[in-house]
Amino acid sequence: MSGHSNWPEWIYVTVVIALMAWVGAEAWEAERLVEHVPEDAKTIIVTGQQWFWTFEHEDGTKEIGELHVEVGKAYKFEVVSKDVNHSFNIHDYVVLMDAIPGRVNTVWFAPDKVGEHDIQCREYCGLIHYNMRGKLYVEEPSH
Amino acid sequence: MTLELQKPRPIWQIMFSTHHTDVGLLYLISSLTFLFLGGSLALAIRAELFLPGSQIIADSMTFNRIFTVHGTTLIFLFIIPFASAVGNYYVPIMVRYKDMAYPKLNAIAFWMIPPAGVLIWLGFADFTWYATPPYSIISAPGPAADMWIFGLKILGISSVLGALNFVVTILKCKHPDMSIGQIPLLAWSFLSSSLIIIVAIPTFAAALLMLLTDRLGVSGFFNPAMGGDPIAYAHLFWFTFHPEVYVLVIPAIGMMYEIIPRFSRKPIYSYNSGIFAFVMLSLVGFSSWAHHMYATGMSFTEKTVFMVGTLAAVPASAMHVFNFVATMWNARIRFSTPMMWAVGGIALFFSAGAGGVVNSAMPLDFTTHDTYWVVGHFHLFVMGTIAFGSLGFLYYMFPYVTGRLYNETLGKIHFILAFIGTVLVFFTQHILGLYGMPRRIYDYPPIPEWIAMNQIASIGAMIIGTSMVIFLANMIYSAGKGKLADTDDPFGLGGKYYYPFEAKNPSH
Repeated sequence: MSGHSNWPEWIYVTVVIALMAWVGAEAWEAERLVEHVPEDAKTIIVTGQQWFWTFEHEDGTKEIGELHVEVGKAYKFEVVSKDVNHSFNIHDYVVLMDAIPGRVNTVWFAPDKVGEHDIQCREYCGLIHYNMRGKLYVEEPSH
Repeated sequence: MTLELQKPRPIWQIMFSTHHTDVGLLYLISSLTFLFLGGSLALAIRAELFLPGSQIIADSMTFNRIFTVHGTTLIFLFIIPFASAVGNYYVPIMVRYKDMAYPKLNAIAFWMIPPAGVLIWLGFADFTWYATPPYSIISAPGPAADMWIFGLKILGISSVLGALNFVVTILKCKHPDMSIGQIPLLAWSFLSSSLIIIVAIPTFAAALLMLLTDRLGVSGFFNPAMGGDPIAYAHLFWFTFHPEVYVLVIPAIGMMYEIIPRFSRKPIYSYNSGIFAFVMLSLVGFSSWAHHMYATGMSFTEKTVFMVGTLAAVPASAMHVFNFVATMWNARIRFSTPMMWAVGGIALFFSAGAGGVVNSAMPLDFTTHDTYWVVGHFHLFVMGTIAFGSLGFLYYMFPYVTGRLYNETLGKIHFILAFIGTVLVFFTQHILGLYGMPRRIYDYPPIPEWIAMNQIASIGAMIIGTSMVIFLANMIYSAGKGKLADTDDPFGLGGKYYYPFEAKNPSH
């Protein structure tokens, strides 16, 4: 039992609570912006299955293991899975969304530079999970 | 407490005893055995990841089995039983009762652990400690997965029985002269963590049964092919296992509450805020489970609710840190081995907590989720905080249990090596996560930054491994041949400060 005055602890706890409130408010604001999908975003259906990624563009073309997109445009990924849970990840663009059988999860991005980036699976999905990788090619618009 | 070991007895007398210190000794020995077993698996993982390509583990299936059993072993067969060992030794003495409330139940709870350990180790399942469906239902091979499920089932029952026993011992068997506001903070930590176990574990027990019937094909709770939903499992699992994080960490904090005032030769700065923070943690621990699931397609509102619930745990944790620092402030501290572990543990607890704030902030979580950042983050808790608190407490109770002193120099070397190793492994893993390396991977592409960070982490792991060999040698040698301890004041603190050993205990 402490008989002494406890004001340093109260100040400290108040500071911690204020810090957490600030972190929470910033995170809330940032996430709200990040989740707002632009209206002109093109849809790409991303299918995860053991152990590769398939991409289907709006015009019906399909790619396996590789994804070609154009710089400066917004894309909306509809992430689905054919078997077990996967997680679609382009780390360089902080794109991360679980592929869960029976669900369609959406995430979007707008590449701002031409280049190549790694695509990987970030949710454990079995034997070849470590090598469920792909490549993202961000290219100049063709027309 | 020392009496039991100083009179030589046949081993079966200890094995079939229901006395709390005997059961505590059994818990202690089995949990340390599993610490070394699970730890050696960690070394295998780190050796494999030292370079890209296959190093010492032949294939990814073996690797997946190794990290699954590593996690399961250290959480369920080391951390929880070790806390029970400490609780068995200290809680009855601290509440001044002759034994645990239900001695036979206590022994039963312990004896459920070895068969569960055998099931988990003989099965060697591969679906991670999280047993995520639908992988665990449709893809995980054979009897291994079912043996894991049964093993966990048994361990769940064991911890509920143990928790009931602690709650009844503390609330109903404490000496009538003591109010609940007078029992030491270590006993309070067992009261809080036991109450969490009783509320949280049944949910996972139900989920395990559903997982089993799903595997047998007679139900489809979590199997999308039969109309089920894997996300339901995630909720049930994390409803148990986020509070479980506090079940693991609260007793370790309680152990630090025992060590730090003693070696600072000062009363604890604020006993009441310690209790308040324990109670707060056990309540808000239940408001944050879905922060493990931001990337499963949760709505913005759900994510916000669970972020707030998670951040709410920070002030309570920070109160513990404040309490420790304020106790050590201006104190005549004696840095014996237990004190070094406790102080190191607090430093790492603070770092782990700071990293946790990053995870809980929604947009940042998408950078760190399921990468090595998360591995580093929770290992700073389980290794840096919980194992550090536990090992420190082991050194602290060693003279009381064996009647002998451990070798102080070797104890300090153990701490210094383990601390350096822990920083090298788990801080590096945070950086590795920011580079984007996913967790649970057997092999990785030869990206120079990934290789460098993995090598630093592997070297750190080998340093920890070395320190644990020193620890084992010290414990075995000192238990038989160490200097005899003055059990009134084994650490030479002046004897003015209360040791639980001196508490009046009617049957001793």
